Amino acid sequence: MQKDSVLEMRGISKSFYSVKALQNVDFTLREGEIHALMGENGAGKSTLIKVLTGVYQKDGGEVFLKGHEGPVSIKSPEEAQKAGISTVYQEITLCPNLTVAENMYIGRTSGVITKWREMNAGAAKMLESLGIPAKAEQQLGTCSIAVQQMVAIARAVDMECRVLILDEPTSSLDESEVAKLFRLMLDLKARGVGIIFVTHFLDQVYEVCDRITVLRDGKLVGEYAIENLPRVELVSKMLGKELNDLSEIKGSGDGVGSDEVIYEADRLSSVAAKSPFDFTIHKGEVNGFTGLLGSGRSECVRAIFGADKVTGGKVMMDGKPVHISHPRDAMKHGIGYLPEDRKRDGIIGDLSVRENIILALQVLEGFFGPISRAKAEKFADEYIKLLEIKTASTETPVKSLSGGNQQKVILARWLLTNPQYLILDEPTRGIDIGTKIEIQKLVLKLAGEGKSVTFISSEIDEMLRTCSRLVVMRDGKAVGELKGDELTQNKIMSTIAGGEK
Amino acid sequence: MTAPGNVAGVQKLTGLFRKQIFIPIAALLVLIIFNLIADPSFFEITYAQNSAGEPVLSGYLITILDNASELAILAIGMTLVTAASGGQDISVGAAIAISGSVVLRVLCGDNPRPEEMQASILTAFLISCLVSMLFGAFNGTLVAYFNIQPMIATLILYTAGRSIAAWINNNRLPIISDPAFGYFGTFMPGIPVPTPIFIAIICMIITALVLKFTTLGLYTQAVGINPNSAKLNGINPSLIKFITYVIMGLCVAVAGFIKVTRFSTINYSVVALDIEMDAILAVALGGNALSGGKFSMASSILGAYVIQFLTTTLFKFNVSSSALPAYKAVVVIVLVVLSAPTVREKAGKVWRSIRSAKAGKEAA
Repeated sequence: MQKDSVLEMRGISKSFYSVKALQNVDFTLREGEIHALMGENGAGKSTLIKVLTGVYQKDGGEVFLKGHEGPVSIKSPEEAQKAGISTVYQEITLCPNLTVAENMYIGRTSGVITKWREMNAGAAKMLESLGIPAKAEQQLGTCSIAVQQMVAIARAVDMECRVLILDEPTSSLDESEVAKLFRLMLDLKARGVGIIFVTHFLDQVYEVCDRITVLRDGKLVGEYAIENLPRVELVSKMLGKELNDLSEIKGSGDGVGSDEVIYEADRLSSVAAKSPFDFTIHKGEVNGFTGLLGSGRSECVRAIFGADKVTGGKVMMDGKPVHISHPRDAMKHGIGYLPEDRKRDGIIGDLSVRENIILALQVLEGFFGPISRAKAEKFADEYIKLLEIKTASTETPVKSLSGGNQQKVILARWLLTNPQYLILDEPTRGIDIGTKIEIQKLVLKLAGEGKSVTFISSEIDEMLRTCSRLVVMRDGKAVGELKGDELTQNKIMSTIAGGEK
Repeated sequence: MTAPGNVAGVQKLTGLFRKQIFIPIAALLVLIIFNLIADPSFFEITYAQNSAGEPVLSGYLITILDNASELAILAIGMTLVTAASGGQDISVGAAIAISGSVVLRVLCGDNPRPEEMQASILTAFLISCLVSMLFGAFNGTLVAYFNIQPMIATLILYTAGRSIAAWINNNRLPIISDPAFGYFGTFMPGIPVPTPIFIAIICMIITALVLKFTTLGLYTQAVGINPNSAKLNGINPSLIKFITYVIMGLCVAVAGFIKVTRFSTINYSVVALDIEMDAILAVALGGNALSGGKFSMASSILGAYVIQFLTTTLFKFNVSSSALPAYKAVVVIVLVVLSAPTVREKAGKVWRSIRSAKAGKEAA
């Protein structure tokens, strides 16, 4: 073991049945560094993390930790915690109905008597030293997601962790929250904590990380110091091919669309989207809703789809008034909706890939028209091939697929219904860059075929690449509409920020 | 030489370990082997005279198939209810008392010992179906639209059901003297096989057809696993949950009809007592998660027969009926532990490693 490293993993292998998820992977984490673990979906990042935290047992290889003689064996997440390895996941795994202090100490108090005062004081001290804007007695659920994540980190720090794993911590944070999180990370780094940072956001990697380890198809590609690996090279290493797609996406279709109006909403509102909004989309157009998290962009598209109870407004489709009060109505009119939170609203985890793909079409076919097994399998095979979904078979439960492939399954579900208007709410969140580009290309291809698409993303450059028109939301209201030359990063930012003309 | 076939066979067997239906099949095999060793005469089927003097098939196996009919039918409804709502209907025993009481009331009118039936048996059956489905709808409304936990929602009918049953017939116990009524719970003239077996088979066929020609199976599973997603795909989760409770009501009516025709009368306070627990157990024995979601109908139904097989075996060995539950509990513990997914996963692993060790030896 090298002198300054806190963690070394050597020759780690792990197979699931016949799939080799990790083959002879090395990973080294040094004291006081932020180390990005990069790779496409299915590259083996999560498997490596789970081997390290004892969720999975490795098939081969050795793990060394500072302060331990010889290789250590970690058999459960509890053991990992005791060994000083803490993990903060993308989804908050704390209890929102307990206080911040309770969350920080849960499962760690000894004996039957809880010393509330001591606990609250300790928590307050830790929060203050890390500069986390939360009170110890505050209920965790009342904090923003970012603060909740920071509390999770504070809990880890308080347990004197030497290895902190942050698994996609920023995917549900807005930019100011990300900045706060980064300050916290740099602070921890200064205290000598080794941080493993798993993310899909390239910008963020280059903002805070010192080193990058790239995995591809379960194998180690290499470990690089950040200054030696320009962005383009990182991407090409992750994909295993040279990439000049990034800038060339637009061109296959411009996504402007024709004059024909497909969908028109007049003063539409729902229980979630309280302030009424107007919205139009043309045939073959790609437009988007943008705004900070919580600005109401998801609520608007949910109202269009009838996902929340519609409280008012008129809707016209193809020039005729229609009534959409339930997702099924929207589906019958050829609207598809890929929800923001694929785990909560998208996939049906225990059902197979096949069943997940045919679900929406099946609902349209009706209760008495089940799609035959043979036909369903044909559809599933077709879309698995078309979207390059990585799955062992059509019968694999969809929950065992990686995030990006789950997203593709939901996309397949809607494409199968052949919608004339497709709403994609954060289709690229938590997805590797290769798949992101594929999805963006697909969106423009659909537009080229005369379909209309509403595309929502937290990443503005992604929106700029795909959308020809943007509705800007702030505090639940549509505050502007940008198109043509106005579609620049600066203009969008200033509109979001409220730079009224 | 045999290697490829061998490998395929191993894979199939390993697959079977992980299949749900493996547990009830294994349990059944254990019971069969136990009986074969203890007393092979258990499996004898003979001709005997029934009370009408006709030759009918007789033997423990026939008893099992006959007596399991109600439970198998209830298991169908319980599986759907469990899958969609992630909870169980504990009112089925009481609801059987109600539906049986309705049949008697329609056939007897106000006279508890009628010379002639007041209506056709079919009419009585259909009315009892309607009433049962209404009570199912009551349960379903509480669960699906008021979001009350299934066990609490059905506790209402569980508590009140037997009183309602008694009230329907003004607290009297009518007896039907027409032998034709008893055909459904005993034997049809000229047919040596008990009628409930046929009724259960018909119910299973109908269920299989419904699952094949409608999307009920997919919808209930989708709703049970993730109601949010189901809703965003155009399914109405509340309606699906509601429907499963109505179907449960229909199953109750059929089971109640068998119960009432077995003796041409029922005792409201003891008929089908605790049968809901056996029905839930059948679902669990079938390896279905009681928290809802994916289900295997065949496994549940087989589970029902396993339970009856066990009960009959215990009776055969002269376990007194008061001690029966204790013996049953022991077996249930073993079965339920074995059917836990973690244990199944382990069993599959052990099996695989044994096979691969053997294969390794052979290769060497």
